[in-house]
Amino acid sequence: MSLVEQMNARALELGVPLSVQLDVTYRCNERCIHCYLDHDDHGEMTTAEICDVLDQIADAGVFFLTLSGGEVLVRRDFFAILEHARSHLFNVKVKTNGLLITETAVRRLTELAVNDIQISVYSHRPETHDAITKVPGSFARTLKGIRLLTAQGIKVTIANILMRQNMSDYDGVHDLAVQLGAHYTVDPTITPMMDGGRSVLQYRIPGSELEKVFRESKLVGNVEEFCAPPPPPGDDVMDGYPCSAGHTACYISPYGDVFPCVQFPLPSGNVRHERFLEIWRNSPQLKEVRSIRARDLTTCSGCGHVGSCTRCPGLAYLEGNMRGPSSADCEKSFRRTGLPSAAMLGVSAVQPSASSLVQIQLLSQ
Amino acid sequence: MSVSKPLYIGTSKSIAARMLGGEMMIMSMRDSTFFTLNEVASAIWRAADGSTPLSDIVSGTICREFNVEFETAYRDAGELVQRLAEHGIVVLSDHPITAGPESSNAQ
Repeated sequence: MSLVEQMNARALELGVPLSVQLDVTYRCNERCIHCYLDHDDHGEMTTAEICDVLDQIADAGVFFLTLSGGEVLVRRDFFAILEHARSHLFNVKVKTNGLLITETAVRRLTELAVNDIQISVYSHRPETHDAITKVPGSFARTLKGIRLLTAQGIKVTIANILMRQNMSDYDGVHDLAVQLGAHYTVDPTITPMMDGGRSVLQYRIPGSELEKVFRESKLVGNVEEFCAPPPPPGDDVMDGYPCSAGHTACYISPYGDVFPCVQFPLPSGNVRHERFLEIWRNSPQLKEVRSIRARDLTTCSGCGHVGSCTRCPGLAYLEGNMRGPSSADCEKSFRRTGLPSAAMLGVSAVQPSASSLVQIQLLSQ
Repeated sequence: MSVSKPLYIGTSKSIAARMLGGEMMIMSMRDSTFFTLNEVASAIWRAADGSTPLSDIVSGTICREFNVEFETAYRDAGELVQRLAEHGIVVLSDHPITAGPESSNAQ
């Protein structure tokens, strides 16, 4: 077990939120076709409110902090927020589209010792990237930003989200990352809108393309191992929990709403009305998420993939049942191993309780 | 390790750190090396203010709080801070370290 895994296990045992993603804004200077956000400002937290949240989550034990958006750099107080975050010695990752990365911004990011800057690049072909962001010239500006960052030795990770428009470009983006001295990560998942809207799912890549992605050793490492049929699940798997959402991680929106994860929009509290730690420890929604073990999953507990599936409880929630399957992950397991999931075969292992059918809950103010 | 020359330790700003269950987690932003410090090492790290010599930290904090002999504790503490310095987690000097761009006062 690596030190980070040991740390996660210890945090789980102690009930410590080790990781938080804080979106400082949903406003953005790009209009990506697949984006799950509403970019209007519905009352973002002020600088003082965000700094107070940072104080609170530092006290709660958060170590990994991701600052994201929207585009973080459209906030004029972004560096004040970042400086406050680093004064608490968080391990900070910043997600940006890179359009507003200037030499001044790079100097500040260097001084503040940000651990990682993650930048979305959709294609190595400018016309494809710009068509996805809907901002002409965005490819050139993003690459200029990456070059400025890597020239100063800042770690940059290029995030390559695959959709129908760019599904064959991962090789080119991977090579571009190598050329730029950046790390590379690929994600073939398009998620529904935060409000549950599913229109963006039209951009998901077809299963046949997923099969190709999963057989690229450049992306997955040992293909034979990656695509191997799953071993029968033991008690450790059945007693395990699906992912870190709500267990050692959570998400805070620009409006102060707390969710188990950015992909799991189950309203669990608001830091404008309650202290973060109160929400983290006592939110009924987070408690419910924490109570779910693999053996409680309505269909997945009887699925051969249960121990190796990337099942996202947030995507399952958006499909109507946080204990149910996530069809996108069923598809991934199938395309990876060639074995259909229980949900694909129409098998249901556990009857859902009445409470698990109630998925959209309003918080009392 | 000899105590003839004072050794001052300042904590770097280029780190991430947090206490978790009595242990200090520290990551170097310079090379992404990750450390966990036990209770004794955490106490040394917290006391590293740049102006207190290591020998005083050991005699004043470590020996008193953890009931250990000075010679052994000082040798182990010296090895620890040298290792942390190699990864940019602390800064070592034979003069007091004033707060600058590389040192941090955060705990």
